[in-house]
Amino acid sequence: MSVIIIFIQKAIVQGMGILFGALGEILTEKSGNLNLGIPGIMYMGGIAGLMGAFFYELGTENPNPAIGMLVSFFCALACSMIGGLIYSILTISLRANQNVTGLALTTFGMGFGNFFGGSISKLAGGVGQISVSTTASAYQAKIPLLSKIPVLGDILFSYGFLTYFAIILSVVLSFFLFRTRSGLNLRAVGENPGTADAAGINVTKYKYLATCIGAGIAGLGGLYFVMEYSGGTWTNNGFGDRGWLAVALVIFAMWRPLNAIWGSILFGALYILYLYIPGLGRAAQEIFKALPYLVTILVLVVTSFRKKKENQPPEGLGIPYFREER
Amino acid sequence: MKKEPFLRMSKRESISLWKEALIYFVAILLALIVCAGVIYALVQMNPIDVYKAIFDGALGSKRRIWITVRDTLTLLCIGVGLAPAFRMRFWNIGAEGQILVGGVAAAALMINLADKIPNVLLILLMLAAAAAAGIVWGLIPAFFKAYWKTNETLFTLMLNYVAMQVVTYCIIFWENPKGSNSVGIINQATRAGWLPEMFGNDYFWNIVIVVLLTVVMYIYLRYSKGGYEVAVVGESERTARYAGINVKKVMLRTMAISGAICGIAGFIAVSGSGHTISTSTANGRGFTAIIVAWLARFNTFAMVLIAFGIIFMEKGAIQIASQYGLNESASDVLLGIILFFILGAEFFVRYKIEPGRHRQQE
Amino acid sequence: MEQTYAIELHNITKRFGSVVANDKVSLSLRKGEILCVLGENGSGKTTLVNMISGIYYPEEGKITVDGREVKIRSPKDSLDLGIGMVHQHFKLVDILTAAENIILGLPGRQKLNMKQVNADISALAEKYGFELDPRQKIYEMSVSQKQTVEIVKMLYRGARILILDEPTAVLTPQEADRLFEVLRNMKKDGCSIILITHKLHEVLAVSDRVSILRKGHYIDTVNTADATVASLTEMMVGTKVDLNIDRPEPKNRVKRLELTDVTCTTKDGIHSLDHASLTVYGGEILGIAGIAGSGQKELLEAIAGLEPVTEGSITFYPDTEAARTESVRIDNLDVAKIRELGVRLAFVPEDRLGMGLVGAMDMTDNMMLRSYRRGRSEFLDRRTPGKLAQQVKDQLEIVTPSISAPVGRMSGGNVQKVLVGREIAQHPKVLMVAYPTRGIDINSSYTIYHLLNEQKERGIAVICVIEDLDVLMELCDRIAVLCGGQITGVVDGRTAKKDELGVLMTKHVVHRPAAPENSGQTDAEAGMASADGAGTVDKPADGAGKADAQTGRTSADGAGTVDKPADEAGKADAQTGSISADGAGQTDRKNDISGRGGRAK
Repeated sequence: MSVIIIFIQKAIVQGMGILFGALGEILTEKSGNLNLGIPGIMYMGGIAGLMGAFFYELGTENPNPAIGMLVSFFCALACSMIGGLIYSILTISLRANQNVTGLALTTFGMGFGNFFGGSISKLAGGVGQISVSTTASAYQAKIPLLSKIPVLGDILFSYGFLTYFAIILSVVLSFFLFRTRSGLNLRAVGENPGTADAAGINVTKYKYLATCIGAGIAGLGGLYFVMEYSGGTWTNNGFGDRGWLAVALVIFAMWRPLNAIWGSILFGALYILYLYIPGLGRAAQEIFKALPYLVTILVLVVTSFRKKKENQPPEGLGIPYFREER
Repeated sequence: MKKEPFLRMSKRESISLWKEALIYFVAILLALIVCAGVIYALVQMNPIDVYKAIFDGALGSKRRIWITVRDTLTLLCIGVGLAPAFRMRFWNIGAEGQILVGGVAAAALMINLADKIPNVLLILLMLAAAAAAGIVWGLIPAFFKAYWKTNETLFTLMLNYVAMQVVTYCIIFWENPKGSNSVGIINQATRAGWLPEMFGNDYFWNIVIVVLLTVVMYIYLRYSKGGYEVAVVGESERTARYAGINVKKVMLRTMAISGAICGIAGFIAVSGSGHTISTSTANGRGFTAIIVAWLARFNTFAMVLIAFGIIFMEKGAIQIASQYGLNESASDVLLGIILFFILGAEFFVRYKIEPGRHRQQE
Repeated sequence: MEQTYAIELHNITKRFGSVVANDKVSLSLRKGEILCVLGENGSGKTTLVNMISGIYYPEEGKITVDGREVKIRSPKDSLDLGIGMVHQHFKLVDILTAAENIILGLPGRQKLNMKQVNADISALAEKYGFELDPRQKIYEMSVSQKQTVEIVKMLYRGARILILDEPTAVLTPQEADRLFEVLRNMKKDGCSIILITHKLHEVLAVSDRVSILRKGHYIDTVNTADATVASLTEMMVGTKVDLNIDRPEPKNRVKRLELTDVTCTTKDGIHSLDHASLTVYGGEILGIAGIAGSGQKELLEAIAGLEPVTEGSITFYPDTEAARTESVRIDNLDVAKIRELGVRLAFVPEDRLGMGLVGAMDMTDNMMLRSYRRGRSEFLDRRTPGKLAQQVKDQLEIVTPSISAPVGRMSGGNVQKVLVGREIAQHPKVLMVAYPTRGIDINSSYTIYHLLNEQKERGIAVICVIEDLDVLMELCDRIAVLCGGQITGVVDGRTAKKDELGVLMTKHVVHRPAAPENSGQTDAEAGMASADGAGTVDKPADGAGKADAQTGRTSADGAGTVDKPADEAGKADAQTGSISADGAGQTDRKNDISGRGGRAK
């Protein structure tokens, strides 16, 4: 396999985790909630999926990969949605500041992930290194036959199912946002909740649902990282800053899920670019690692120069809404 | 048919201090009960012992007390730095990055000028360089916000990670020993560039600097013309323009101040406590300080209490973790829980809850 | 035949705290009629219809729709009953298209077929004679287009009962006429319409019946055919009110400000102020008339240094004997620069809490908003503004627990007193006020008129934007009329006729006159109308001025100030007129306006 194919593969692998996070955040932000807790939520999803699979494999004689996969999938989904729920209760019902709540949630979520990631074996009675290889193998299974096609198979079909799920999710989310009634209502909620309310849309319900489901989707990013990328193991802070990259990707994609697909691959590519440029010193490599953020800043700046209405953040982003009572 | 809500909420006109304090007290109490529940569920530890352990971890020995004080000071310093930005409704999420570049600047001088110039001069230069680096890091997003209304929340957030890469970049050149990918304790033998011990106390100068900044910032925000301008801009840019305030200038100036103090926090972390530089020099405190500054509502003295409370819990949780062989991240979990409760409590301070009126109910 | 009513309200009562907004109000809307609800600002019209549209819920009384008693608890309930409300502030999402806004929140198949929706909307619009492109984004639309979207939105949702809250406030007369045409089409189609307004000529032009509210009470309902402007005014205002505002003769008129071809341009390249030329004299009150959004805001803000001037100049003449050489150009300088030049401008903006004051700050901190820089110290001097705050509070009888309570919590009248009090205390040379009495009870209004007159007598140039022609004609020495950013005329306040002003307010000058107004005849004609515009007045084709011609009284705005919250009733009896900035020592003479306060009751 040529270096380029490997590079593309790795870029996609890097990108998919970010893509999940960004999709979740897009859905959330479209409802007007800027959830800076996404990085924490991704940790929560990752560790919950791992723990689900771990306890399943621990308690079963011959673990079935498919069941392990299902268990971990729903654990990840449920746990990250609880993260979204905490955020929702605090910011929507209790009107707490979104930025501060999000950051607190990130503190909590990262702690949650690292705590259980670090203590799970001890809590389970000291079984040593946790590894859920059986379940992870299900996540890492490539598409049979198709992945054997030279070049094309390597680039397009040699990933686990979550990768394709992410792509499908982007398309579905895009369709939902721009082609369905509920999507239209959701966008209205994020742009101008007062108007949406007057039009008979239940703003609170939409915000809750979008935030919780968005958190669930983001949590799958964590699951992806743990299962497909790391093969079912946990490293503390192994996620690095990918959660923030997901937030950056939302801006880069200008709140459009389809843009997020290629954006995530580009981010993934930028993230690992330093490994593939020959002759880079270690120092120069570090500079390359800042590229995704610099590119995002550039996008942020350029869109603010151009002031095109469609490319701006949702107008109600970050602003709590409640019907004014006199 | 829809019903009238059971509970009616209305904004409070005002709230007495004791009532506010009571609400927060109840919130923290509830948070502690939940935390105790969590700890009990994990380690079956008697909740009373849990809190004894927490206290022990934070204030159990002279050394621990000083570490708690040291970390409180660092957190407080950052909170003080964020206060003017938040007062201006400028969401500076970039403290983490501003600390790091401040720390890098200080470390650079510490490494390169050690023993070449007098120690006092070196320390002063480090302080100035850290502040200057913080200013640059703060001014970049402020400039774009002032002239093009570029979203500062996201901008400052991204800059944190650029700063982190700047640190890893510098570490490559400064690593000691070679190949370790870490800088190690700088000038361990000569203690050049370390804030000197005073009255037998390592952290004397930390205290002096942070207390000074806290008091000065309080006075600045409350009694100075500049602070008044910050408040007016924060309330309404239109009003500020009407009052003849140059909004762009105030925005740049305020973020320069904010960045400078965060940079100084980086200096303190390097010169006053860690004596090294790494990506964890800021260690998420830039984010935690946002919560501190927000909860204190720009009052720098209230920040002292909140910063102490947070560090206290953190140290305590670490103690529990080590006693039971658990992961140190437990402290973040507990901190998160407490913050959730405090953030939720704010609602009850701002709003009155009354039973719904059912007069119209059929 | 038994008449079925579309909506009936029986003894509706709504309170906000201790204030009764509607007291046992009954109202009935017949099927297929246009009913006007007439009342002054604060008479409870909007509150009443908000209970029909589900924004508020009445404390007492019942509502029936088509003869059935209903409970309306949300806008959705209201729409389900076929009631659609068009608010004064449009509820539209900017980045969505007209069609998307129209179908917002509607049930239906999840998958959207925008083609079909667009076609349906176009058909609906055509049926009633609206001009509407369903694919256009809201942010690209004019105000009247947005209003069209709102109305079509309601019709699309099956509203057969339409409530319009002050729909013409934002429209040009032509647009208003077009709206009325559409409303008549809808009536023909069987829709029932409630039109809230305080403009009498609209009532007479379009409605079948009129219901009148006054101070939250229901007064009467009459057939429009039997109504006259006089009878409606009487019902609306109660006893006939002669405004009777003082107007001392100007003394020592001196040229203070000169605007030459001042042009302001919006981001979209539209001239919000279009070659406006105007001379302002010390010692007189210059009124600015015009339909809302004709450039009043830009005019004042350009002078104040808040709006960039793209063309033309603004010149300030410092003192009485000063020659032109000492004049100062102040266009395109910011507020601070203007002050540095020693040009003392005071400005009471329209948006009191969003611009003139900081709602979250107390009186003291608000007092120093414009003067905090004084002195070389880096620290704030709160003592002088504190004294001033106390003085303003005492002299203008501001109702607030203390000078350290946030001004945002005060009532509208008190907020305005704080603002006007502060601006006057600056000892300005030019005082600009925008809508000084909007939303303010009558006693406070008179206090403010009095303050303006007092400033005039001190030789200050007062520029005053007021929407109410009656007030303008009784208060101002000269009235400049703005239309579409152009000054279409300057007339003498003492001899001005309402119809003449009405014509000027709607007269768009396509080609601007070669010689700017006022250029050659500045100081010479003190007191006289210096308007070339006035000479070329011709009768308008549309109805804007007609109603006035018959009666001399177009709109009820004049009395629109008779709104008196309970807490301030009777407070204005003895007012102290002046305020001095430097606190203690100087006590200015007091002026008793109790007579006026009494008349207002």
